[in-house]
Amino acid sequence: MEDTPEKYEGGVVKKFMYVNRRAPHGTIYAQESLEVVLIGAAFEQDVSIVFLDDGVYQIRKDQDTSAIGTKNFSKTFRALEMYDVEKLYVEKESMEARGMTVDDLIVPVEMKTSEEIGRLMEKQDVILSF
Amino acid sequence: MKLSVVVNEGPYQHQAADTAYHFCRAALAKGHEIFRVFFYHDGVNNGTRLATPPQDERDIVKRWSELAEKHDLDLVVCVAAAQRRGIVDEDEQKRHGKDVNNIAPGFRISGLGQLVEAGIESDRVVVFGD
Repeated sequence: MEDTPEKYEGGVVKKFMYVNRRAPHGTIYAQESLEVVLIGAAFEQDVSIVFLDDGVYQIRKDQDTSAIGTKNFSKTFRALEMYDVEKLYVEKESMEARGMTVDDLIVPVEMKTSEEIGRLMEKQDVILSF
Repeated sequence: MKLSVVVNEGPYQHQAADTAYHFCRAALAKGHEIFRVFFYHDGVNNGTRLATPPQDERDIVKRWSELAEKHDLDLVVCVAAAQRRGIVDEDEQKRHGKDVNNIAPGFRISGLGQLVEAGIESDRVVVFGD
C-alpha cells in the first residue's frame, strides 16, 4: 500500500477510470458521469474513460434529441481533449453487438477487447462506474 | 484503511442505499476510517430530512444522520445532482429562492470535486449502485 497522499496539489497522481455503461438519454447517469470527468480534470489525475455495453451509444455521432426533449451533450465529449482527457476506450464486444464501428463515434477512441479492458482496470487506483 | 464510499442510488428503491450503510457501519466497527461518503445520482435522495417512513420500517435517512453524528462522518451530497432532484440546504435555498430546505442533519451539499478528492485521499473508494 502506497503512502496516503498529503496533498493532491503536491503532484499526487492517481489512475482514475470512469466506466460508462448506460445509454445516454433514458436516464441522467451518462450526463452526470461526464460532469464528474470534467470537474475531475481540474485535479490533473491520470484519467481514462471506458465505454461499454449501451454506454457506447453515448459517443455515437449525429445524435438528435430534439424530439425527446433531453440535452444533446454528446458534443461535450469532444471538449475532453482540451482537458487533457485523451485516453478513451470502447469495448470491442459491445460495439460489435450493436453493429457499430469507430467511424460511428464522435471522438477518437481506442478499441479494446473485454479482456484487455479487464487488464486495464486492474491497474487503476480508482474506478467510478456509471 | 482509509475508505471512501459512493452511494449512487436512492433509498428504498435499490439495495445499494442499504448496503452502503451496512458497509460503513461494519468498516467502522473493524476500525477503518471513512474519509467521506459521497452521494451522487439518485443517491442524493438519502439526504432529505422530510422523509417520514412508517414507524415500523427502517428510516434510511435518519440512520445515516445517526451514524454521522456517532462517528463524525463527512456525508456529502453532490450539488449538481441535488439541484436536479430538489435536495436543498440553507445556502441553496437562498441562492435559488426556494421556500424551504430539506437537507438532513449530518449531510452537507458540496461539489463533485469532493468526490475526486475522496478518490485521491483514500486508500480505497467503494461504489454502491448498479
